[in-house]
Amino acid sequence: MLIATSWGLFALGLVGVIVRRNVLIMLMCMELMLNGVNLSLVAFAQQTATSAGAVLVFLVFVVATAEIAIAIPIVLLLARGKRGGLDLGAYADLKG
Amino acid sequence: MIESVLLWLFAGTALVAAALMLVLRHPMRVALALVATMLSLAGVYALLGVHVIAVFQVLIYVGAVMVFMVYAIMLLDVRDRSYTRRYSGLLVPGAAAAVLFLAILAHALWRELPRTADGEGGGAMFGLRVFSIDFLNEYWLHFELVSVLLVAAVVAALAVLEVGRRRRG
Repeated sequence: MLIATSWGLFALGLVGVIVRRNVLIMLMCMELMLNGVNLSLVAFAQQTATSAGAVLVFLVFVVATAEIAIAIPIVLLLARGKRGGLDLGAYADLKG
Repeated sequence: MIESVLLWLFAGTALVAAALMLVLRHPMRVALALVATMLSLAGVYALLGVHVIAVFQVLIYVGAVMVFMVYAIMLLDVRDRSYTRRYSGLLVPGAAAAVLFLAILAHALWRELPRTADGEGGGAMFGLRVFSIDFLNEYWLHFELVSVLLVAAVVAALAVLEVGRRRRG
């Protein structure tokens, strides 16, 4: 049941990243995907009675924090740049 | 009995709040829905007996990451074009791909279920003691690597801000 929940969270986050236009909301949907993976890790760690899953979840927390710490300044720069705005459609010509 | 009811309740709340994230329009409401998801996941972790992870979920995710996100939303709260047009042109293909993805996962789960059903509910209770002893005895290298990653992220964030400052003059 918990595994199904974690897959549901991951899929919802994936749809959010694909479907929404706002950069900040896409970032939050990425966090949702990480949370889904964390839930499955904790469920497996609890099933197999080992602490490796819990340790990995802890490391994922740190990685998520680092990701947000670097992503938010980039979003701020994008939003205050010349093209402005949080809409990803404005950056559709970015390549490579 | 009451524990399984609570587990279902928390998991259901997490899923409903995650679905709300796709529908709501304003980023602040999306952030609040994400906070609700994370809090109910912390409840799930606590019910599973992994209290360390539950505490860190609330402290790091809700306390640090989401507060940072809410600050960014408040900094950028302008009438943006993305507020009125919620979805990009990929709405239909994205939803179709998600349904396909979930169907494949459900098929895999249904096939694996008879094998995993025996091991259900191992009931391992991690205390802080077991967790930290394991963490610093076996996984100290990962701990150090992650701290290096954090330092690199801080330096990168400073570099990005420096670029912005130079561009503004």
